[in-house]
Amino acid sequence: MTQKSDPKFEALLRLGDNALILGHRVSEWCGHAPVLEEDIALANTALDLLGQTSLWLEYAGEVEGKGRSADDIAFLRDAWDFRNVLLVELPNGDFGQTIMRQYLFDVFNRLNLEAMKTSTDTRIAEIAEKAAKEAAYHVERSEGTVIGLGDGTEESHRRIQDALNILWPYAQELFITDEVDEEMAKAGVIPDPKSLQDAWNAEVRGALAEATLEVPEAHFGHRGSGKDGRMHTEHLGHILTQMQWLQRAYPGQEW
Amino acid sequence: MAHPSTEQVWDWLDTIPDPEIPAITLTDLGIIRNVGWDGDTCVVTVTPTYSGCPATSLINMEIETALREHGLEKIELKRQLSPAWTTDWMSERGRRKLEEYGIAPPQPAGGPDKCPHCGSTNVEKLSQFGSTPCKAQWRCKDCLEPFDYFKCI
Repeated sequence: MTQKSDPKFEALLRLGDNALILGHRVSEWCGHAPVLEEDIALANTALDLLGQTSLWLEYAGEVEGKGRSADDIAFLRDAWDFRNVLLVELPNGDFGQTIMRQYLFDVFNRLNLEAMKTSTDTRIAEIAEKAAKEAAYHVERSEGTVIGLGDGTEESHRRIQDALNILWPYAQELFITDEVDEEMAKAGVIPDPKSLQDAWNAEVRGALAEATLEVPEAHFGHRGSGKDGRMHTEHLGHILTQMQWLQRAYPGQEW
Repeated sequence: MAHPSTEQVWDWLDTIPDPEIPAITLTDLGIIRNVGWDGDTCVVTVTPTYSGCPATSLINMEIETALREHGLEKIELKRQLSPAWTTDWMSERGRRKLEEYGIAPPQPAGGPDKCPHCGSTNVEKLSQFGSTPCKAQWRCKDCLEPFDYFKCI
């Protein structure tokens, strides 16, 4: 356990692992999406996320100072060392669930990156400046698709409403603040997630209303959080068996 | 040791085609941010188009190969993230060549102004993403041809 780990290292792992695990999940659609255009869109979204992953984890390795590369961090850690939120490790479900998860995350990601553009850490500000443009483009698409499916046919409405019911409680984890967040926010490095919650709520609830979807009434949020590594769903281990098997079976192999 | 001028190096870089859209060069794309000399090392600063663009490492290899062919031995490639790449940096020549190649060049309005095949303005978006991270798919409603649009970022 990394009790005394550098908070900046921890915070960078959270950014990198969210992008990595979601990127991997979305890439699972490659060759399986309902139509070719969506297949290409999902693969490109995954690609952007994996690009962001490498920028975050590369810097995390430098901050840690133990000589680990982005690849080492991505492929050679076990589940308990991952710092992603539970939302991104959930199985894809149907296309609606994938797009709803993407939308809920995309809005958070864009708000977070926009705020990080003025980080006191220049490297973080530079990565955020690059990634924010991509995230804005992702929101444009996932929002449009959520609205299209919600305000679509009877079946598409029902399925995306089901997705929202499943995912809404998980999305609340994005705004849990702990001591790492507090320290990073105090130093002006990364914003306190709570500070993004009002903007996220306003934007997401607006789009969901336009999509004729109902936000679940319950204010319930999952208690445990993946961001401090104390909890993950059973799904993360299964992702890692796929994502990491090559490096585990053939250590040091390169493309 | 005498070394080629930075202008000369720019000219060489200007002949390297983009690996995914060979109609335009790396300088047309606007991703070469600086060329300079650090002692006897030629330092080329490159910015990625998209953070996950798979062409990035290939582009670096192409730059290194081309400069070696021109006799340079010590080459350093620097990655620069900020300011983030924007399609505003694409050259006029690049925009023209894209259109001739059948790809609608980026427009501030966020969509192509006309079909690159027949010139009709009667166009519609098929998908926000296309065959590479930098493109989207559109269709002309007059000549009915689908075409790539270079996304404006």
